[in-house]
Amino acid sequence: MTDQPLLDIRNLSIDFPNRHGVVHAVADVSWSVNAGETLAILGESGSGKSVSASAVMDLVDAPPALITSGEIFYRGRDLLKTPREERRKINGKNISMIFQDPLAALNPVYPVGWQIAETLRVHGVDKAATHARVIDLLGRVGIADPERRAKQYPHQFSGGQRQRIMIASAIALEPDLLIADEPTSALDVTVQAQVLKLLKELQAESGMGLVLITHDLGVVEKVADRVVVMQNGRIVEAGTATGIMTEPQHPYTRKLIDAMPGRHGFEVQPSVAASDRPLLEVRNVSRVYGVLPGKVADIGPNAVKAVDDASFVLNKGETLGIVGESGSGKSTLARMLLGLDKPTLGTIRFDGHNLNAMSAAETFRVRRRMQFVFQDPTASLNPRMTVGQIVSEPWAIHTDVLEKSLWRDRVIDLLERVGLKADQIDRHPHQFSGGQRQRIAIARALALQPDVIVCDEAVSALDVSVQAQVTDLLKTLRRDFGLSYIFIAHDLALIRDFATSTIVMYKGQIVEQGPTEALYRDPQHAYTQRLLQASDAHLPTAA
Amino acid sequence: MGSFIFKRSLQSVFSLVALIILIFFLARMTGSPADLYLPQDASAEARFQFNEQYGFNDPLIEQFGRFLWGLLHFDMGQSLQFSRPAVDVVLQAFPTTLALAAITMPLVLLVSIVTGSLAAYRPGGIFDRFASILSLIGASTPNFWVAIVGVLVFAVTLRVLPTSGTGTALHWILPVGVLMLRPTGVLVQVVRTSMMTALSSTYIKTARAKGVGSRAIVFVHALRNGLLPVITVASDQAAGIVNGAVIVETVFGFPGIGKLMIDSVLLRDFAVIQAAVLVTALAVFVINIIVDITYALVDPRIRYS
Repeated sequence: MTDQPLLDIRNLSIDFPNRHGVVHAVADVSWSVNAGETLAILGESGSGKSVSASAVMDLVDAPPALITSGEIFYRGRDLLKTPREERRKINGKNISMIFQDPLAALNPVYPVGWQIAETLRVHGVDKAATHARVIDLLGRVGIADPERRAKQYPHQFSGGQRQRIMIASAIALEPDLLIADEPTSALDVTVQAQVLKLLKELQAESGMGLVLITHDLGVVEKVADRVVVMQNGRIVEAGTATGIMTEPQHPYTRKLIDAMPGRHGFEVQPSVAASDRPLLEVRNVSRVYGVLPGKVADIGPNAVKAVDDASFVLNKGETLGIVGESGSGKSTLARMLLGLDKPTLGTIRFDGHNLNAMSAAETFRVRRRMQFVFQDPTASLNPRMTVGQIVSEPWAIHTDVLEKSLWRDRVIDLLERVGLKADQIDRHPHQFSGGQRQRIAIARALALQPDVIVCDEAVSALDVSVQAQVTDLLKTLRRDFGLSYIFIAHDLALIRDFATSTIVMYKGQIVEQGPTEALYRDPQHAYTQRLLQASDAHLPTAA
Repeated sequence: MGSFIFKRSLQSVFSLVALIILIFFLARMTGSPADLYLPQDASAEARFQFNEQYGFNDPLIEQFGRFLWGLLHFDMGQSLQFSRPAVDVVLQAFPTTLALAAITMPLVLLVSIVTGSLAAYRPGGIFDRFASILSLIGASTPNFWVAIVGVLVFAVTLRVLPTSGTGTALHWILPVGVLMLRPTGVLVQVVRTSMMTALSSTYIKTARAKGVGSRAIVFVHALRNGLLPVITVASDQAAGIVNGAVIVETVFGFPGIGKLMIDSVLLRDFAVIQAAVLVTALAVFVINIIVDITYALVDPRIRYS
């Protein structure tokens, strides 16, 4: 063993020329990783964090990309000067890589066993030996019944299992270095923790180097030895993980750490006069698939209960967080609140009106008081409409709200309320960033002066620092307009400093609910405890 | 799978019935066969006799009833032009068209998949531009014009290929070539687009990160995913070959079902028109079933139950 690093990137610059000029995706970036070490590359979308790692694997398409300078040394050999065919032999054998979305990263039309075996096959492992090795690998990454499962296809596995399969394929030839590009971002919180644990275990066994590309400071804190922080293609800060978390030097790093949800105090539950009736009252609501609404007798033991006997209330000024992992029933619950789905059993009352037993005219009058903000602002804004048209559209439907001559002024007023500028009114959604688009969606939701806004994973798709800005906006609006929110999320930390009370859903049932602070400080249900353990929300509040 | 084919067959019965009704009445709107089969100065007596003999004097609905009854016994009536059962006439012509399609379609698939995949591998490259222009020309040039120009160039001027008929292998070159043109042009573009999508998928990145070679990336990883939309369009084109066959068989004097249909329409040979359309429809139905099965073979996410 010499003291040279396993992988050493020096002064790497990668440009992407486009119609408007040149984007310096990676500018003069240097980092290295040693055997047995975990390096985290931290950055938000567009920071260039993936591009430099992709260059290691020869995955940067040139053209259009242009590697303008730099060296990538693997065990002292400059990969950028190595012929493509030689590099192909290094890929998968010495250095391997896994990706963010394991469903997309696995080929849908081949069995998973075949895909793992392929890594072995292309590097010349004897055919007779591959099958046993595949079964062995699947078992090692925690897939039960590997003999049978090896013959199945990616769509027959859960998200966490798929990532385990990707890992099995990546470690098949015991590489020196594993590059993991956002390996846990697409997974549920508890699954995230399991996958990270598996990666660390494998690293301890084999002594491989691990490069972890992530936007998630929580992940960095848990597994990284060293960190480089990237912004706009440059490294703004580098150091040990603990050093960066405790004493960030660069303002951008400080901003990222400050934006980490769960770092601020709890929101206080507003006091509710006993005489006030709740704004929203959900009582014993179930949604059972394959059964007609009200047909209780048809519910057999095999019925799929997406939501099972859920009850809760939302009072004025309150923010109710609903947290749960995929399949917990939180989206089905949201769809019923939205009126896109009807409860099989139970009632949903809004300000005393039973939402599922109203005349059409009544529905028209009542529904407008409840508005929605969806997860993906790109999909929920019509790309052919201008911002002005999008925000004013509710008034075209509810004609009694606002005279047409006043629309434009009111839209400008709303845009300014959500932190956009008046002169952006005639632009189209694609001219805005993700966070700005979500602001447009919020402005649209505000147009009818609702009492309640339901946010379904409204900030989940946004970068951490943008997330913080949008939640801050929601908080301001709550104060200014006396709004109530139902805030659905899978991220416990986000809910922690935003929701005044919280509901935890698991397999269709509400397993725990109460004021947020009490629930986080003293979780009662085993699942809540597990969820808190797995996420970063249990971290002590920073000063 | 068996129950799936059964269900599909039941569904197709409805479209077949609609087709039968349509073709029966549409054919009779072309006029009276007596005008064509008897001399122009034939007496009213003779016309009446002719119509009586073939049942054309009966009310239309009665003729239709008789047609349906015959259909249940696999009897499609007598051909006027050949004085033989219409089914025999059609089944005699059918193998020629089937052979034409069976030679054409695999060649179309081979050429378009290879060309489209190579074009997609380097979009914007020289090969891609060349392929795009040629496929556009192929897809948009009228069949009959190419057929006639083909005869002029290869048969009349160069004298390397026969003008018409079926005798030797040489007789097949021009008809197959002309018939291939449009489906190949269309499919190259479909393959190119769908392979470009497949090649930009994350699983291709995974394969490259595993060290898989570029040939296997294109033809093992991308192609099987890229094939799905291709199968859909290819089945449509296969059915379209029947249309093409009408023109190609007429120009090259090929005794297939396409030429038979045109001749029968011109001669108001109702029984043969009906039989030919029905047989063609059945062939299209079989193609669709094969396509559905192919889907399930190519994509494990599709399962019929």
